[in-house]
Amino acid sequence: MSTLGTVTRRTFLVGTAVVGGAAIFGTYTVARPHANPLELDLPDGAVAFNPWIKIDGETITLITPHADIGQGVQHMQAMLLAEELDLDLDQFETDAGMPSAAYWNEAFAAEASEILSALVPLPATALHAVLMPVLKVTGLQGTGGSTSAPDTYVKLRTAAASARETLKLAASRVHGVPVGDLRTESGAVVLPDDTRVRYQDLAVAAAEIEPVQNVTLRTPDEWRFIGQQTGRIDMAAKCTGTAVYGIDLREDGMVHATPVTNPRRGPMLDYDATEALTVPGVQKVVEITNGVAVVADTTWAAFKGARAMRFDWGPAPYHADQAQHWEEAEASFTEERFEAVWRNDGDVDTEIGARADVEVAYRVPYVAHQPLEPLNALVTVTDDEIVVRGGHQQPTQVRVVLAGVTGHTPEQVTFHNQQSGGSFGHRLEFENLRLGVEVANQMRGTPVKLTYSREEDFIQDFPRHLAVARGRGAVRNGRVTAIDMDVAGAPVLASQMARAGIPIGGPDSQITAGVFTAPYGNLENFRVRGYAVPNLAPTSSWRAVGASYGGYLIETFVDELIHAAGADPVEERLRMIDDPISHQVLEACAEMAGWGKPRADNRFAGVALVHSFGVPVAEIVEVEATERGIKLHTVWVVADAGTVIDPVNIENLIQGGVIWGLGHAMNSELTYRDGMAEQTNYHAAEGMRLYQCPEIHVRTLENNPHIRGIGEPPTPPAFPALGNAIFAATGQRLREMPFNKAVNFV
Amino acid sequence: MQLTVNGTYHEVDVEGDTPLLWVLRDHLGLTGTKYGCGIAQCGACTVHIDGLAVRSCQVAVDTLEGAEVVTIEGLSQEDNLHPVAQAWIETQVAQCGYCQSGQIMQAASMLENDPTPSNETIDAVMSGNLCRCGTYPRIRAAIRLAQTKMGG
Repeated sequence: MSTLGTVTRRTFLVGTAVVGGAAIFGTYTVARPHANPLELDLPDGAVAFNPWIKIDGETITLITPHADIGQGVQHMQAMLLAEELDLDLDQFETDAGMPSAAYWNEAFAAEASEILSALVPLPATALHAVLMPVLKVTGLQGTGGSTSAPDTYVKLRTAAASARETLKLAASRVHGVPVGDLRTESGAVVLPDDTRVRYQDLAVAAAEIEPVQNVTLRTPDEWRFIGQQTGRIDMAAKCTGTAVYGIDLREDGMVHATPVTNPRRGPMLDYDATEALTVPGVQKVVEITNGVAVVADTTWAAFKGARAMRFDWGPAPYHADQAQHWEEAEASFTEERFEAVWRNDGDVDTEIGARADVEVAYRVPYVAHQPLEPLNALVTVTDDEIVVRGGHQQPTQVRVVLAGVTGHTPEQVTFHNQQSGGSFGHRLEFENLRLGVEVANQMRGTPVKLTYSREEDFIQDFPRHLAVARGRGAVRNGRVTAIDMDVAGAPVLASQMARAGIPIGGPDSQITAGVFTAPYGNLENFRVRGYAVPNLAPTSSWRAVGASYGGYLIETFVDELIHAAGADPVEERLRMIDDPISHQVLEACAEMAGWGKPRADNRFAGVALVHSFGVPVAEIVEVEATERGIKLHTVWVVADAGTVIDPVNIENLIQGGVIWGLGHAMNSELTYRDGMAEQTNYHAAEGMRLYQCPEIHVRTLENNPHIRGIGEPPTPPAFPALGNAIFAATGQRLREMPFNKAVNFV
Repeated sequence: MQLTVNGTYHEVDVEGDTPLLWVLRDHLGLTGTKYGCGIAQCGACTVHIDGLAVRSCQVAVDTLEGAEVVTIEGLSQEDNLHPVAQAWIETQVAQCGYCQSGQIMQAASMLENDPTPSNETIDAVMSGNLCRCGTYPRIRAAIRLAQTKMGG
């Protein structure tokens, strides 16, 4: 397995050397289903139709393996299953399930194949067909890249329809009624005489039957939940203080611990625990990688002890000061650091000639994730087992990484995934779980609850990668005729995947994502090149990953060119767009916002359209330049992620994605000084607060033929739409984030 | 140390400078009150002390003798949801939900003191409660709904 795993992961992620999955593994390996993890400990009298549905005499349990990090996928997965299983939303329990290859994420193939098609002379559809078997055999279970909806939309409904038809078959045998005369409703099979037989009462009989595989899915006119207002199943608990997150877990006999590790991420040279050990409640101080953990009776005692520690920290394995990070990035437009041409339409060199009409530079900072629930883990290590509870986006890889800490096998690692108090990519990293295991491994048999202080969480955050860009462009006869954009950024995927134990190579798509995916096929000359910057701080995926800044780079530059051409920002974009879905999105947004019509006094609007994760999103931001600074009034957003599964949640997520973008555009960055992050709590990187929040009007279109996720795509356009609005209001072009370096916000 | 939480009197064996937040969470098992920042910047730990919304991470337990502490667990009863919590559910406010205990406690306190708050008051009072998911538009709507439910 380990050799195969390495080969497949490498093949998948290298990207530039894709070869046929089925050809490597053989047709049998690809066709063979993954074992159903629910079969491992299935009690008598229970039936598991597939990896998502378990029914016993009492309870219907729906497994929702995509991690709920606030985006509502617990509800979405349950709703998709309940739709076809004919369950009401209060008739089942949900469970995150155990990590398993059976929950491999099919939708990673869509994003990966679109990225790869930029590099190899094959269409995305052909690459997709090649990638699917590779992904399946690899069995990577993950939540990220806005893939939960596309991964589950058909798969879970099919699984539930299979269970439903099998239950009908069981009822047919038990009650001697032709299966064609049976129907299902509200958790029961209904016999012709209207007798209702609960699914739970059919579990034993159903367990005898091979699940029915050829099923027909319900048509949209039959849907009870999809596209309707349903009410999230986690909502009441979250509004009454009864929702349980990883940080709330308790276990008999557990101790509390908090880590203090080198803020420069280098080695710990020396430490003095004398004072810490005098703090009441502190039990001991144990060494962990690059630091210590203070073990105590309570969280507060551990925190107090941590503050009383004295350390001698080693140097950072990256540039110590922020200015050097920028200098390194600016110096990266070289042949050695060149990675790939991500887009090369027409002939930019000829069109632009020796002197560009517009030539500008941009830079985007590191930014911390900082979801509100601090990192934590509840871990027990024994000689035979590691049991971990916490929230994570990659459960199967958790087992691999944690086994490596102690020498246990991955099969000896039990991971109970938890709903998380936000993530934004933070819980793709393993440090909290790894350090929890390091502590628990030194006190085998004792449950250890590891809780990060907010300061430690900030300091040890693997931030969004930093980048700089150069744009050169040409305009002629009132049109944009050429765009040449070079982006130099930290190779975020290599940094992140190394910690996940997944070796990768090849050019990093997340240096230029959002730029080369711009839907401007009618722009005659368009080139995007990526450069990798070494010696920077370790970084990780942050909501929308590369597109989180790529959208800002391309859409600010497009705006500058349109201004130079003397064209209208919406009209000229519409002319450049060749993709009808994106075209409709921008048209709808302009119509909603009253683009081109007179605005209220002193109000100005900026527009942006970004295509990321397969979803075009247009945003128009309206601001007012007041005497005290820029005030955000209104945002209009149009997105097309295909069929809308949950109209309420999608609006909430789009509004949240816009706010995430606007808030960080206004005021957030992570900078390094003496090798340490300078921002250590929310006072220094707060994002948006309620008083700054504009009205946000949302419209969703459903022209996209592929169902897509919405967690990330609304974020990228927010940065440039705000910047372009501020330009319209003040004439000041904002080529660096956060914007509060240059303007005040009210 | 002595304190009264949600109408129940407790004696806890802790250092006097222990923040109320950690007494609630680690000693009394009331984990609905959340730790977010520890420096009164996020509002996730908001509780009511004698009817006023305060950040429990900033209140030492030895200052609470005779005070009435109410947490999110004590705001609603099982079959009698507080109108603010009810409005939050009907408006489908929460995403990750981690900040919402604090948001609800802050909003309930605001509406108790000002049954018809102006938009400016809502902005001023609620801006100390950080929501990283960005549920602010729904928080505003839920406050107006709760106001109606409370007769304001």
